[in-house]
Amino acid sequence: MNVMVELNNVTKKYGKINALNDVSLKIPQAESFTLIGPNGSGKTTFLKILACIEKPTKGKISLDGELVGERNMSELRLKSTMVFQKTVLFNTTVFKNIAYGLKLRGFSKNAINERVGSVLKLVKLEGYEKRPAKKLSGGEQQRVSLARALALRTELLLLDEPTANLDQRSASIIEAAISQIGQETNTTIVLATHNIFQVKTLSEKVALIKNGNLIHVGKTHEILSDSKKLADFARIENIFPGISHVIEDGTSMIEVGDNIQIEAAIRRSGKISVFIRPEDIILSKTQLKSSARNVFEGKIIEILDLGSTVRLRIDAGKQFVVQITKRSFIEMQLNLSSKVFVAFKASSVQTID
Amino acid sequence: MRLRKFKPIPLLISFLVVAAVVIAVVSVEEFYEGIKGAIMLIISVDPEIMEITFRSIYISGTATAFAITWSIPIGLIIGLGEFGGKSFAKGLFNALLGIPTVALGLVLYLLMSSSGPLGFLDLFINPLGIAVGQAILITPIMISFTISAIEAIEPEIKDLAKTLGASEAETAFAVLKESTPGVTLAIMGSFNRAIAELGIAFMIGQNVRGSTRVLTTAIAMETSRGEISLSIALAAILLAIVLSISLLTNLLQRRFR
Repeated sequence: MNVMVELNNVTKKYGKINALNDVSLKIPQAESFTLIGPNGSGKTTFLKILACIEKPTKGKISLDGELVGERNMSELRLKSTMVFQKTVLFNTTVFKNIAYGLKLRGFSKNAINERVGSVLKLVKLEGYEKRPAKKLSGGEQQRVSLARALALRTELLLLDEPTANLDQRSASIIEAAISQIGQETNTTIVLATHNIFQVKTLSEKVALIKNGNLIHVGKTHEILSDSKKLADFARIENIFPGISHVIEDGTSMIEVGDNIQIEAAIRRSGKISVFIRPEDIILSKTQLKSSARNVFEGKIIEILDLGSTVRLRIDAGKQFVVQITKRSFIEMQLNLSSKVFVAFKASSVQTID
Repeated sequence: MRLRKFKPIPLLISFLVVAAVVIAVVSVEEFYEGIKGAIMLIISVDPEIMEITFRSIYISGTATAFAITWSIPIGLIIGLGEFGGKSFAKGLFNALLGIPTVALGLVLYLLMSSSGPLGFLDLFINPLGIAVGQAILITPIMISFTISAIEAIEPEIKDLAKTLGASEAETAFAVLKESTPGVTLAIMGSFNRAIAELGIAFMIGQNVRGSTRVLTTAIAMETSRGEISLSIALAAILLAIVLSISLLTNLLQRRFR
């Protein structure tokens, strides 16, 4: 099998900070690879180095068997394209945004029209060609960014948290498009994400990165079924390894330690790992009377502003990551150490393995 | 530095306020006579006034064109580049923004006059000489505004252009294209500064009738000769040019947004 990406002892320093630390890795052609890790762990730097936008401080990188050097960097850049976490668009129409890279590659007018049309269809934005890109909603803008990358049909596709802080509909459209590209083409995909659901559904291999170091690399199903490795992932997102037992009404109660029991709409007993999407958790300042079977009291220990949404980490014995809109965040007058309740339905609890 | 927007309405209001003060101070009658004469001159399309007007636009337009050829690339290099001395370079051009036109005019006079080191270029008492002088005058404005425009663009645009396959030069061009509204402002503002300046036009051009007389030098001379009607007519034309350019800039800015 051809190796698409090969890194040998790659280190990247920004001043005194090591963004990447002696990373060595091989990614075969046509593989879907996810990179998971907390903010500031080096995911973006890793992708930018693969995109030939940043040069490593030390170490060697080969793309498709060619060693990346000073001279061939801009040429090898054509092999890949990257979608950034923060949506960046040229201040022009959707069509011209997507056509930009194709024009640089010398495509004919007809070929450009055809490709723009087909990628817009893929991200469900048919007929948006003439719209000013910057007037679209946040989710639509990121879909244009993805379409612009997909139009180039590069061998290597680099995606930096493409669905972070997007609405649910746009996120699902993007996930579906990535999945389709992964299955129907020979594209090698490297996806950085926080989202364990994407790891589970979009990737064959996964690497956990922390403070610039690769902690684990392995097949997705192997890593997701290894509770020791999962303990490392758990610090990133709402993953809880535990022991499950079926209770009377057909649901299961899962002991996840620290006196926390999670009720899940599954029937299984024994060792299990579950996760809850941050968007599925409801946050309140007082205890609500609701249908949610799981309610825990805790306090906010971390606040991360993502633009239109805010990501909060809540310590309720176990740590929960919750994503709410900026408006709710402001209206609820939340601060660090605010006392809050997290609540989620038994049906929002999903198994990993 | 934030981009400064030209605001024609406030400018017009301030002109009216100044005019009101002038009317109050100067005898009302003299001013009234002046205005009446000026309107007559403009309506009758006085050939000499037309000639002076077009010469002004031509000279300052040439100056702007000269300045573009070096100021935009310099602005692009400083705005995009990451090098030691970048903030020094920015500070230098910012400091030069307020250079007094008479001081620059004097320096250019010493260089260009027939006995000066550049006398052989025959730029003294020559419209081209004025254009060169004005181009030097507006260079810091154009560079500073261009740098601001480039720096106002999201830095990620650079990475975006690169990852879509652009070379270094194509990346710089993409950034320049994104900053079109700001760069337009830089060009328009520079033209306005050039056409409205007096010091260089007077000292290099020497206000020779039919050759180097422009709007500002003509206004100054006619006023000192007591030809108030003519001065007001010329001033009204100059103001009309500056205001239309500002208005046009504003309209373009709105279209780009």
